[in-house]
Amino acid sequence: MAAISRDDVAHLAKLARIEMTPAELDHMATELEQILGAVKRVQEVATADIAPTSHPLSMSNVFRDDVVKPSLTNSEALSGAPAKADERFKVPQILGEE
Amino acid sequence: MTSINSTAAEMASALAAKEISSVELTQQHLDRISAVDGKIHAFLHIDQEGALAQADAIDKKRASGEKLSPLAGVPIAVKDILAQKGIPTTAGSKILEGWRPPYDSTVVAKLKAAGVVILGKTNMDEFAMGSSTENSAYGTTQNPWDLARTPGGSSGGSAAAVAAFEAPLAIGTDTGGSIRQPAALTGIVGVKPTYGGVSRYGVIAYSSSLDQVGPFARTVLDTALLHEAIAGHDERDSTSINAPVPQVVSAAKRLDVKGMKIGVIKELSGSGFQAGVSARIAESLELLVAAGAEIVEVSCPNFEYALAAYYLIAPSEASSNLARFDSMRYGLRVGDDGSRGAEEVMSATREAGFGKEVKRRIILGTYALSSGYYDAYYGSAQKVRTLVKQDFDNAFTKADVLVSPVTPTTAFKIGEKSNDPVAMYLSDIATIPVNMAGIGGMSLPVGLADEDGLPVGLQIMAPVMQDDRFYRVGGTLEAALLSKWGKPILSNAPDLAVK
Repeated sequence: MAAISRDDVAHLAKLARIEMTPAELDHMATELEQILGAVKRVQEVATADIAPTSHPLSMSNVFRDDVVKPSLTNSEALSGAPAKADERFKVPQILGEE
Repeated sequence: MTSINSTAAEMASALAAKEISSVELTQQHLDRISAVDGKIHAFLHIDQEGALAQADAIDKKRASGEKLSPLAGVPIAVKDILAQKGIPTTAGSKILEGWRPPYDSTVVAKLKAAGVVILGKTNMDEFAMGSSTENSAYGTTQNPWDLARTPGGSSGGSAAAVAAFEAPLAIGTDTGGSIRQPAALTGIVGVKPTYGGVSRYGVIAYSSSLDQVGPFARTVLDTALLHEAIAGHDERDSTSINAPVPQVVSAAKRLDVKGMKIGVIKELSGSGFQAGVSARIAESLELLVAAGAEIVEVSCPNFEYALAAYYLIAPSEASSNLARFDSMRYGLRVGDDGSRGAEEVMSATREAGFGKEVKRRIILGTYALSSGYYDAYYGSAQKVRTLVKQDFDNAFTKADVLVSPVTPTTAFKIGEKSNDPVAMYLSDIATIPVNMAGIGGMSLPVGLADEDGLPVGLQIMAPVMQDDRFYRVGGTLEAALLSKWGKPILSNAPDLAVK
């Protein structure tokens, strides 16, 4: 498989919302390549006839009755907020610049 | 006379007989923490006031004749990944520094309801990603057997606290071995229950299809008592199994393995394991045979692919789970100067708040899940998971329990593997298959390796919701070892109180 470049890692870091420095990107590219080299062995035995397992329990949907129960108050829910205003979470600008 | 060296069961009896109060017992442990935790660094937060208040409330209930749970008044240490209302909960990460959860995890709520006194929160690899506690943002925990070595991880703080007599009981979590490996490396008992056996509600998620909460203690019976106190169905965790809790306490007391078939996993023995580890495991098997068990060899040919599959599945799930740390509702926020948008602030916060290993796994998981690579990596890993489950299913047709060493080596030196992620990952080679299949496993201390005098752990595994089987085998073997040694394994550890 192709080598992992710094640009590849930069793209992954953007997807993962982590602002990495150029030095970190270079380091991560090297490490990622080493780790992928070790883990790609899974392909040796993963043939088409084997069904994937996503979870140890074979469960279908789990339902409960739709009953209102006590939950966090507004101030409890806001207690860890980095910023708040008018009993709401205050967040940086989400839409475009203007 | 009850002391911090007693077992939790002994402490519980002394409390019930009113030979000691919970306040006295709690204070003894807080004093021990003050005396030795400077060397061990097992705790990230000590809740002296809260613990003594909880102990006092239990003493008052007992004085008034109220019926109490078996472990009421006995102290415990809790891994810093379980939410506890009003108490700092960091998961070993800077991104959660100072966060005080507004609610209790189900396990913490059950401990409180059972009157178990919570001393504080223990150190761990950041978000449970690691095998040594070296990935904690708050410094490494030292192994009580040798301060230059790691106690293992990720629940290294919990294991070290129990091994150093700072607490008789502790809670950990195990995603790929994070309870069993530190238990083995510190000479105590640790159990990863069947997946779904203990609620994950309020446990900060790393890899949701693998994570499981479990108990640590110095004896099999103590571990069973704690297991029963925290296990059971929880409607707040949709993956919690709605079935009776296995009878682990009575199994721990049974002390009989006559007629049981013990399967030795061929692929998890011999080369690749330290000679002193293999020697102690072989002796344990002889003791089990002497106690009436039969040894059979089983083969699990796909286990050699389990480690690789784990390091695709766990990072993939982590990359999704850790998206919640977005600096918007709780935790760290960096660079919000009014000029930067939410996405920029989010990216700056995650860069500043996550450590190296966490970033490494998020990036790896993002890669494994990305379009074009999904089938080759994540998809293939899921198929290996099927093969590992099949290996266990086949092996359990030939044996009641399976055994292996917990770890390839005894405790390694701090710094020895911290710059080589692949070498660090190899320390989980024998524990990971259990998580992949969702079954339960125990780590039992079975002696000290001749080369270095450090503890060795035997892993005992049982099928889904048959956790009582490894308590039965573990309890029997523990009794045989104790009569052989004449004293508990931890009496060989150095005296930490000596300056």
